[in-house]
Amino acid sequence: MTAPSIPESRRSGNLSDRFASFAITGSAFVAILSLILIFIFIGKEALPILTSAEIRKEASLSKLFVPQSARPGADPEYTWQPVSEIPKYSLLPLLAGTLKATIIATLIAIPLAVLAALFTAEFAPPWARETIKPAIEILAGIPSVVVGFFCLMVLAGWLQSAFGWTFRLNAITAGIGLSLAVIPIVYTVCEDAFSSVPQTYRDGSIAMGASSWQTASRVVLPAAMPGVLAACVLGFGRAIGETMIVLMASGNAAILSFLPTDSIRTFSATIAAELGEVVVGSPHYHVLFFIGAFLFVITFAINLFGHWWVGRLQKKLQGAS
Amino acid sequence: MVERSRIIGGTFQVFCALACIVIIAMLAVILGNILIHGLGTISFKFLARAPEAGMTGGGIFPAIFGTFALVVLMTIAVIPLGVATAIYMHEYAPKRSRMVHLVRLAIQNLAGVPAIVFGLFGLGFFIEFVGRGVDQTFYGGKLVYGQPAIIWASLTLALLTMPTVVVATEEALRAIPQSYREVAYSLGATRWQMIRRVVLPQAVGGILTGGILAVSRGSGEVAPVMFTGAAYFLPELPTRLNNQFMELGYHVYVMTTQSPDVEATKPILYATVLVLLSLTFLLNFSAIMIRAQIRKRLRYGR
Repeated sequence: MTAPSIPESRRSGNLSDRFASFAITGSAFVAILSLILIFIFIGKEALPILTSAEIRKEASLSKLFVPQSARPGADPEYTWQPVSEIPKYSLLPLLAGTLKATIIATLIAIPLAVLAALFTAEFAPPWARETIKPAIEILAGIPSVVVGFFCLMVLAGWLQSAFGWTFRLNAITAGIGLSLAVIPIVYTVCEDAFSSVPQTYRDGSIAMGASSWQTASRVVLPAAMPGVLAACVLGFGRAIGETMIVLMASGNAAILSFLPTDSIRTFSATIAAELGEVVVGSPHYHVLFFIGAFLFVITFAINLFGHWWVGRLQKKLQGAS
Repeated sequence: MVERSRIIGGTFQVFCALACIVIIAMLAVILGNILIHGLGTISFKFLARAPEAGMTGGGIFPAIFGTFALVVLMTIAVIPLGVATAIYMHEYAPKRSRMVHLVRLAIQNLAGVPAIVFGLFGLGFFIEFVGRGVDQTFYGGKLVYGQPAIIWASLTLALLTMPTVVVATEEALRAIPQSYREVAYSLGATRWQMIRRVVLPQAVGGILTGGILAVSRGSGEVAPVMFTGAAYFLPELPTRLNNQFMELGYHVYVMTTQSPDVEATKPILYATVLVLLSLTFLLNFSAIMIRAQIRKRLRYGR
């Protein structure tokens, strides 16, 4: 649909027209402006980690990433202990926690969401479609603090009594909770990708004698594959930034381990738990903003890539239909 | 051969259906559990009174009021911004122009920024920069706006929910037949007259949907408001823009994680979660209903 061509004389008519045009164009820039401001204002508070000599004495990049010995002679180790006599700011335990929770969440969410989307787009009778889609929307609408509450109060207890884990709150509990936040986005993007596969593809496949599952698995799925991959990437981005669920359900212990049944502390939860008590301008404050800047850049890159990829697929499929 | 392929196909379909069932079952378990445990505690008294006895008694009225005030302020900020952005992209800018592409990209990316990053931004920009600046300029350095306050929390939320409003409004704008615009122009309307008299009245449903979805999202978010204005317990309701406020989601978070006596607060906790959940559920449901109407018109209305 193209904008109707307007006679030049009427494009900028009276005063109210000119004012409206100014206000509307101005508002449209707010989105761009706020992204730039987010970048500047989080970057500004993160930068002292790299530039300020005083901050770097306590929290330089090497202190964040290379093992440190707490006192002379002790073994160097990775520890996140920002509030102690000798503050320790190693980000490695937090990175491990974030990755564990995110990977578990995507491992649960992606198969469920992709298969459910395929079912809705290819096999489901209309009544089932009309049940699943609103259900996903309701799931997307549940506030993450409610999911976190449920994981902490109910799910953690069930899982512990079922499997006998040492830690009630651990990476698996948090991962299951996170997957509930990831499922809707993966489902939505996948469903869009499947339904933008031209009907002619399916008709052609069926006409050659393929069954509906053969059409789904060998024609629709491959054609929509870039969309599915983009959905997974976007889901990963959602999981990495989600805060309340991991804050409540992960145990918040910064342990560097690869066991999924250990408690974890993620980047986002660290910010949420510690920013309230931190002294503005202290090394700890700047480290938290540094983590925030990292989250922002990562999710920004993921989103940029994901949407670009989805757009490319749609253009390709529209060209084909 | 045909037999084997049929078995594989059947199994595949069953797996797909199973995935849907698992998702719906998880949803049902959460909703059911909260409903069963929360329903008993909800009463008029619970909704209308303040917390008592260290959160083990009384009600949650201040949290409901605070959430309400928060989303009202947020709506005042986000609706004009979001609607204007959508109108710019769909009615003003030349199609496929670089600007539209850039604005759309910004909206998509804004939607993907983690909520906690918005919280950091609210603290770093609104409170430390804008608030401090206002205090320096108008209050002689006295601490008035340079601290967590409902105005900063609601503005932070407005940025977070803006993509929701833009997307819903754009969908509504797309549903308006092009001929409406052409008729308005042919009768001599200017662009703004056409938008105000033809496009906006037609798009009210979409704007409403976007607004409701934004309110639903905003009323449940905790991470962006926990440093920008939400407080655990306040003896008074917020009456000024620079007051702090109590919020349902934050209330749930603090009661769940920092309660000294979990068993004693449990009934109240469950009831609070149920109130929050019903609120977002009702909002989402009405938005879905309105949107279904618009989509129907988009399909058959031409």
